[in-house]
Amino acid sequence: MDETSGLSSLVQYVYLASAALFILSLKWMGQVKTARRGNWAGAAAMGLAVLGTLIGGGISSEGFMWIAVAIFVGTAIGLPMALKMPMTAVPQRTALSHAFGGLAAALVGVAEYIEGRDAGHLTHFTSSALAAEMLLGFLTFTGSLLAFGKLQEIITTKAVVYPGRNFVSLGTLAAAFISAIWLGVDPNAIGAFYVLVAASLLFGVLLIIPIGGADMPTVIAILNAYAGLSASAMGFVMNNKLLIIAGALDGTSGLILSILMCKAMNRSFVNVLFAGVGAAPAAGAAPTAPNGKSIVGFSIEDAKAVLEDTRSVIVVPGYGMAVAQAQHAVKELANVLAAQGTDVKYAIHPVAGRMPGHMNVLLSEADVPYDQLWEMERINSSFPEADVAIVVGANDVTNPAARTNKQSPLYGMPILDVDKARTVIFIKRSMNPGFAGVDNELFYLDKTMLVFGDAKKVMTELVASFKEGAH
Amino acid sequence: MHEPSGVIENLFVFVLASFLGLELIRGVSRLLHTPLMSLTNAIASIAIVGSLLITGRPHDSTLITVLGTVAIACSAINAVGGFLITERILKMFKKRGE
Repeated sequence: MDETSGLSSLVQYVYLASAALFILSLKWMGQVKTARRGNWAGAAAMGLAVLGTLIGGGISSEGFMWIAVAIFVGTAIGLPMALKMPMTAVPQRTALSHAFGGLAAALVGVAEYIEGRDAGHLTHFTSSALAAEMLLGFLTFTGSLLAFGKLQEIITTKAVVYPGRNFVSLGTLAAAFISAIWLGVDPNAIGAFYVLVAASLLFGVLLIIPIGGADMPTVIAILNAYAGLSASAMGFVMNNKLLIIAGALDGTSGLILSILMCKAMNRSFVNVLFAGVGAAPAAGAAPTAPNGKSIVGFSIEDAKAVLEDTRSVIVVPGYGMAVAQAQHAVKELANVLAAQGTDVKYAIHPVAGRMPGHMNVLLSEADVPYDQLWEMERINSSFPEADVAIVVGANDVTNPAARTNKQSPLYGMPILDVDKARTVIFIKRSMNPGFAGVDNELFYLDKTMLVFGDAKKVMTELVASFKEGAH
Repeated sequence: MHEPSGVIENLFVFVLASFLGLELIRGVSRLLHTPLMSLTNAIASIAIVGSLLITGRPHDSTLITVLGTVAIACSAINAVGGFLITERILKMFKKRGE
């Protein structure tokens, strides 16, 4: 018998209200003004969904006991994680929660499969949907765990490439697909079930291993979509429209974000997933200066002298700012500059950082008002009028080669027009090339001042030198 | 498990919800993409509904109880954590002078 027909019709109304609240939640998330309301609407929707399911009947008293234990354990883990997590760890935490979401969907899929198979009531459609749920769930689980490991720097953040890797990955994916189809044709093929589980788990690993750190925003968004789609597949299996709707909303969100990330790098999905961009550059590929120009480092005092008496300054933050936790020091410098009458803006590239919107969150944490955070398309026309552009921990997204050099791997990527500012102060940890392993010609422009050092240290020293000067 | 007509109905729901999702997400300011992702993450923990149903349904398989219980715990981590983190992130967004 259909499991949902046993639920009272009341539960269906509760689910309907929950679905409507999820939709409102995403609608309200559109603007800062209403975003918090959106979040609460989402939480209320989830509360209704859980409540409706629990009162819907059909749950045994033993079941209630296990449910209570599981919810207690989940809350005991989830609550402190959410409250104590530092804001710089948002990308890792997002990857980890994709892993939990994928695992939950996959395990339910396995349980449904075992139960349905033992009872002998698996239809071709149900087992196909179960196969999709398990495939997406398991690959999201291992893929997201690996992404978490990379973001937490437990494993190398570089792209790990090996000969024939695309052959191995696609072969594994093919094995997963074939066993999924097999399971659809013959729901009792236990061998296909085992192959599906193993191949999906392995493919998640193979998918993420060759991805370098700077491609993480795209990959996290794709995993987000997969987690949602696996919940939708679960809805098809259980004939539950709330699951289908919420999963579809999550799936489309991940899809749109990953498309936006790809566009912001002028790359395709296939290129991000299979090109292995961001592998360690070949040894000896030291940057060579054009026209025999050499790199000169400037001092804090030099930078201070340039920043004094400026009318407008644009700060360009990147992942380096997050690594050095320099956002508070950056904000202090902005305060000092504002005190001398300088207009300060922040230029945010869509793929700066390790997840969509990463820089906005870090700068908001440092109390930067969000109306000073400018999107690339809106700020680029302001660079020619800016006295100084300060690049803090960004590199590839400022490289003019993306506009001019057809040979560059960055060619065609939309960039921040930092080179059009009157002076560029570029804070850099070392002379290592950026993530893409490409030299930045910005370093060799006469208007560029390279200041070497940790972003936070340089910023703090700059602030200190301004304050000394004031006494 | 259910009539084929149910499948078609569900496909309608899926396709329409996806188009609605595309429209809604396109309307989200880029400023909010990180909280959007943590919100949709929390929303994906709707998988808890399926986990509750499979665990709570009367059955006599320990394996299913274990799988279901772990699935509920995983979803609960996301549900509790996801909305709380989104709230923490959104609280930080302030306008000049606010």
